[in-house]
Amino acid sequence: MHALGEQIRAQIPYQRRNAASLALLVFAMVLTLAAFAEVGLARDGSIPGGLFGYGGGLVVMALIAYAVQLRFAPFADPLLLPLAVALNGIGMAMIYRLDLDTSADHKAAEIAGKKVLKDAADAPGQLIWTFVGIALFVVAIAIMRDTSKPDAKLSFTPKTAQRYTYMIGLGAIIMLLLPIVPGVGAEINGARVWISVGGFSVQPGEFAKLMLVAFFAGYLVNKRQAMSLIGKKIGPLSLPRARDLGPIVVIWLFCLGVLFMQKDLGTALLYFGLFVSMLYIATQRVSWVMIGVGLLALAVFVVTLLPFMQHVNQRIDIWQNPKPYFDGGCLMHNGKVVPVNPNTDIFKQAKVTLEAKAQQQEAAGQKATAMQTRLVGPGWWACTKMGGEYSDSAQLMKGMFALGQGSVLGTGLGQGKPWLTPLSFSDFIFDSMGEELGLTGLMTLLLMYALIVQRGMKTAVAARDPYLKLFAGGVSFVLALQVFVIVGGVTRLIPLTGLTTPFLSQGGSSLMANWILIAILVRMSHDARKPAPQAIQDEGMTQIVSLR
Amino acid sequence: MSDFTLTLIKLAFLAVLWLFVIAAVGVIRADLFGSKAATKAASRAANRAARAVQQRPPKAAARPPQGAPQGAPQGPPPRGGQRGGGGPSKLVVVQGERTGTVIDLTGVPITIGRANDSTLIVTDDYASSRHARLYAQDGQWIVEDLGSTNGTYLGRTKVTRPMPVPPGVPIRIGKTVIELRK
Repeated sequence: MHALGEQIRAQIPYQRRNAASLALLVFAMVLTLAAFAEVGLARDGSIPGGLFGYGGGLVVMALIAYAVQLRFAPFADPLLLPLAVALNGIGMAMIYRLDLDTSADHKAAEIAGKKVLKDAADAPGQLIWTFVGIALFVVAIAIMRDTSKPDAKLSFTPKTAQRYTYMIGLGAIIMLLLPIVPGVGAEINGARVWISVGGFSVQPGEFAKLMLVAFFAGYLVNKRQAMSLIGKKIGPLSLPRARDLGPIVVIWLFCLGVLFMQKDLGTALLYFGLFVSMLYIATQRVSWVMIGVGLLALAVFVVTLLPFMQHVNQRIDIWQNPKPYFDGGCLMHNGKVVPVNPNTDIFKQAKVTLEAKAQQQEAAGQKATAMQTRLVGPGWWACTKMGGEYSDSAQLMKGMFALGQGSVLGTGLGQGKPWLTPLSFSDFIFDSMGEELGLTGLMTLLLMYALIVQRGMKTAVAARDPYLKLFAGGVSFVLALQVFVIVGGVTRLIPLTGLTTPFLSQGGSSLMANWILIAILVRMSHDARKPAPQAIQDEGMTQIVSLR
Repeated sequence: MSDFTLTLIKLAFLAVLWLFVIAAVGVIRADLFGSKAATKAASRAANRAARAVQQRPPKAAARPPQGAPQGAPQGPPPRGGQRGGGGPSKLVVVQGERTGTVIDLTGVPITIGRANDSTLIVTDDYASSRHARLYAQDGQWIVEDLGSTNGTYLGRTKVTRPMPVPPGVPIRIGKTVIELRK
């Protein structure tokens, strides 16, 4: 068994930090309750009723999570749980605040019989998903046992995944492809990344992310030596063998496929970045990073040349120059943008034509078809008729306006108008935060993410097993990259691609996957930080050690 | 509510946000440099150990190191020895697969090799499963080769019998190089 070697651990001060963890957790709860209180005070001048429902619910769940962590992973990193709770809590306060504003508008619009957006801020739903997420965290911590006891009956550790590397890889690919399968997949807001299961829509990509990390870690643990040592040297680059290069090309093609089929640039970027970073962690060769970045650049270049991938071109165009697209723009094949917003003649004509068509259909007795015709956006219709690609930058620009409105100190929670941005509760929640908390508040949010990532990387450094090292490193990197892609997107640093903001965005799949991610990190950090078993008696060939 | 009160509430909330982040960083800081309480506890323990040593000289010191390769002294030698005497306090991997790894020297022996139960696991084709061992004796760290195939080198000399390791002198095991540092 693990006797001699486990006696000393690498550098980590392995004292329990449960008191610090609890103190920070209480602080995170205070933060959440304060956010709810500020919303109420600003809106009605009193403490809101939601404080007890939503804030109280989160507090109870967080305390249960803490108790379980104390019981099953007492040496866990003290920061991971409080930081996740804080982000989740602030996100919920923002969604609650948006819900208060939009639900009234929603009801009014419904009564007036107007077209309503399918999804809106939904605070009760978010609370339920938070419950589910934290419950998954609790279950994951409780069933994942110490990695030092892999032989125990029914033991399931992060290392168990190493035995099923290729199964997990296959599972991840199936999960990714599910949304394309007709009947199972569903298209929401133009992205085909959803599946509907018994009335719920789930984003399998969020879970596939974690499975891919497990797959890459398992694959690279076996191949890293061949990858880092064998190969031709051309200048500063060491080019690996074709058989080692094969998998990265396959993954690259696969990501292109995802991008192509699901029109989901962000996810493709996320997976590719994940693979390149894990290659780098495994091989410590900069040449792999260069090959990866080169392939990515090549992919983007190829995609912009393909005529049927016009929308990628358009994304880049909107990123560089969003103004002509405000409220609707049409990218023609000669590269010019024709505005088709409600003030233009094209739009008005299209509206009249569409209405006439609908009335004709109604007269012919086709009520259902008429309804559908009325739902078609005139801008989109006119643009398609002209042979261009329609897009709307209003969301991005309104997000930017919100950030500008917030400026340095923000308007204060409950005092801005963040709901004016479409999807202000999910993709654009970071801009909503920017409006109400200002740059000062956004900095703290980014720092919280940075701290989670740093603790994850620290866990990776401290882990002794190469597989767990890669796993922890990959999991933390994927979180960092996801935050970068979405925050960079909504702040116009990079072209906008739809990804969820971990813990802040409204959405069940994202919350569940991220809570599992935190559970995995907590378990691994416990294993890395716990003290080595001590010898019970002093000497002799055979040692008796206590593994507890 | 007046605008002034709302502004105050807003600023207070931002302050709470920042305090939270600062508190979190404070916890990390304590992890890196040790909290005050932990440092005190450690020094107290060290004093106690030093006193115990004065009263009763450890058995381990009296035994010749060549005695038994595996069953050699396991009882923790005096903690005070490496703290008070200014001996090396950590083992650093300076070259090889696990470069950057640091192991605190607490007095318990350190085993190095490819075996999973080694203190420092080197995944290296040139290392044996149980390659070498480092242990403390009379406030000095001793390196001992455990019959490895490719040998252990202290500086440029091959380790054939247990040899004391001065701080800063590289120990080479396969492609891995380690050093003791103060």
